[in-house]
Amino acid sequence: MRRTIAIAALASAALTLTGCELSPKQSVQYGHRGTGMDQVTLKKVAMAKDDVPAPPYDSPSTEGPRAGAAYQNVQVLGDVSEEQFTYTMAAITAWVAPEQGCNYCHNPENMASDEKYTKVAARKMLQMTRNINSNWTKHVATTGVTCWTCHRGNAIPANYWALPEAGKNGIIGNLHGQNQPLPASAYSSLPNASLALYLTGDPKTDRSIRVVSDTLHPTKANELSVKETEPQYALMNHISTSLGVNCTFCHNAQAFKPWNISTPKRATAWYGLRMVRDINGKYISGLKDVFPAHRKGPMGDPFKVSCATCHQGKNKPMGGYKMAKDYPALWGQPMAQPVSGPAAAPAAPAAPAAPMAAAVTTATH
Amino acid sequence: MALLSFERKYRVRGGTLIGGDLFDFWVGPFYVGFFGVVTAIFASLGTALIFYAASQGPTWNPWLISIEPPDLKYGLGLAPLAKGGFWQVITVCALVSFTSWALREVEICRKLGMGYHVPAAFSMAIFAYFTLVVIRPVLLGGWHFGFPYGIFSHLDWVSNTGYQYLHFHYNPAHMLAVSFFFTTALALALHGALVLSAVNPPAGGEVKSPEYEDTFFRDLIGYSVGTLGIHRVGLLLAMNAGFWSAVCIVISGPLWTKGWPEWWTWWLNLPIWS
Repeated sequence: MRRTIAIAALASAALTLTGCELSPKQSVQYGHRGTGMDQVTLKKVAMAKDDVPAPPYDSPSTEGPRAGAAYQNVQVLGDVSEEQFTYTMAAITAWVAPEQGCNYCHNPENMASDEKYTKVAARKMLQMTRNINSNWTKHVATTGVTCWTCHRGNAIPANYWALPEAGKNGIIGNLHGQNQPLPASAYSSLPNASLALYLTGDPKTDRSIRVVSDTLHPTKANELSVKETEPQYALMNHISTSLGVNCTFCHNAQAFKPWNISTPKRATAWYGLRMVRDINGKYISGLKDVFPAHRKGPMGDPFKVSCATCHQGKNKPMGGYKMAKDYPALWGQPMAQPVSGPAAAPAAPAAPAAPMAAAVTTATH
Repeated sequence: MALLSFERKYRVRGGTLIGGDLFDFWVGPFYVGFFGVVTAIFASLGTALIFYAASQGPTWNPWLISIEPPDLKYGLGLAPLAKGGFWQVITVCALVSFTSWALREVEICRKLGMGYHVPAAFSMAIFAYFTLVVIRPVLLGGWHFGFPYGIFSHLDWVSNTGYQYLHFHYNPAHMLAVSFFFTTALALALHGALVLSAVNPPAGGEVKSPEYEDTFFRDLIGYSVGTLGIHRVGLLLAMNAGFWSAVCIVISGPLWTKGWPEWWTWWLNLPIWS
């Protein structure tokens, strides 16, 4: 009996320790002392491929003949110099299709041809990149993005999502789209497909991210339920895990809604969420007929972006390294020559009220 | 004199741990002892410091007064009084007075020749507090990680500290602690209801003996733990509640840094099925 207990105790102690992170920690203070707005992280975290590739060669002159005049069918980068154009193409190849090379998008017999779907998609992505760098500075600031920010050497970025399949009917084996420990819901029992409820970029279907009841009791005008907070909580968990931060990076849990006790990061995230909608709605959903079936989700929609697509576990992608500054071609107007639809300027949403200064006081109850 | 007829033995000499006969006296109904004196000094000092620190703060609203721990930059060193030093001194006063009170309970147990159940139970509460303001801050390398002394502010701290791990209800020790707290309350409610119904018979009726109490629970759930046993159950439940509370906070940060839901992936990743 005593031996059995000893063995059971040893085994459970060993099992418990395997669930622990024993390596050294470091911590950051996000809020005023005493608020509990802090983050403890491991000193050494195994991160995804995070090295920033060097430019293919020294950035060439931005003077000289324009690429639009030198080559045929240059619809986005026509306003950059020919030398810059070649340089940018070389960089894109290294970022997106390092093994496949130029032919991943181009027909080597006729570089101008749009016969490969990848080239059409790449063009849209260049427009998207320029749109982000020009119009979404409230999220990307002067750091900007490049293809590498998401792609990291892969034709398909590692983190994407698509619309979920319709749920099962009946009650047997029907999980109602939740209770599955997936990264999308931070391994919780919260709804798995929350991104599809908020971030498609289709204003007709995207729900409001803010789920806060304004009245004590339900009224005809206020039918918000606790259940509606669940996908929103899942979305917030997605943001946290994508950025490698916790809730207190942006919020003071004393009250999530008011801006004056939130950290300035919350405003950046607010613009980021609208940026994701803009990307998915204006650039990715439009590629539905361009992508082949194996590049689409179960509902036939193209793979969309989320916070994780760029951030990949860091609150600033690649630790905030200003990589895009080496590629002036990515900073031009999104639509050098109109291709399809109007210029993709982000809708100007009402800016959030000014968040508090970096150090919060607790005298805000 | 004893307060109640069955407490005749209360005023027994001896049994002190420190001070011999020097502090072995009563003030009114209260035993003093060396540890009573220490408790009185440190509790008064700590309380006075709370009032003084509050006077240096922005409000006298009792809900909003908050004595906050230092910034992270002070690490495990001393902070200036107005920048967390008050919190540090008050914490020392609190720990000394709580511990002295437990030792005073020990002396009383020795006087009465009873077991140390009461000081043992109180020690668990002290241990939970010690874990919050000493063990975890030391493991994380800063007094900053203690909780603030204020009615609302400590609740905000709990909320934010929970949200550091995305969803604290997935913390396994928190699950145990919450379950033990609720079970303690349920057991107390059942026990209290049982005793009150046994000792409050209808007018003219007789007080019911423990046989009736046992019979009631044997009818209801097939088992009665008994009049002594229920107090052992209560002690077990309450001490576990305190113990697992301490565990659930000390593992958050020092032993786990990500969201608590993710911790459960160890189960999904067991080599049996992964």
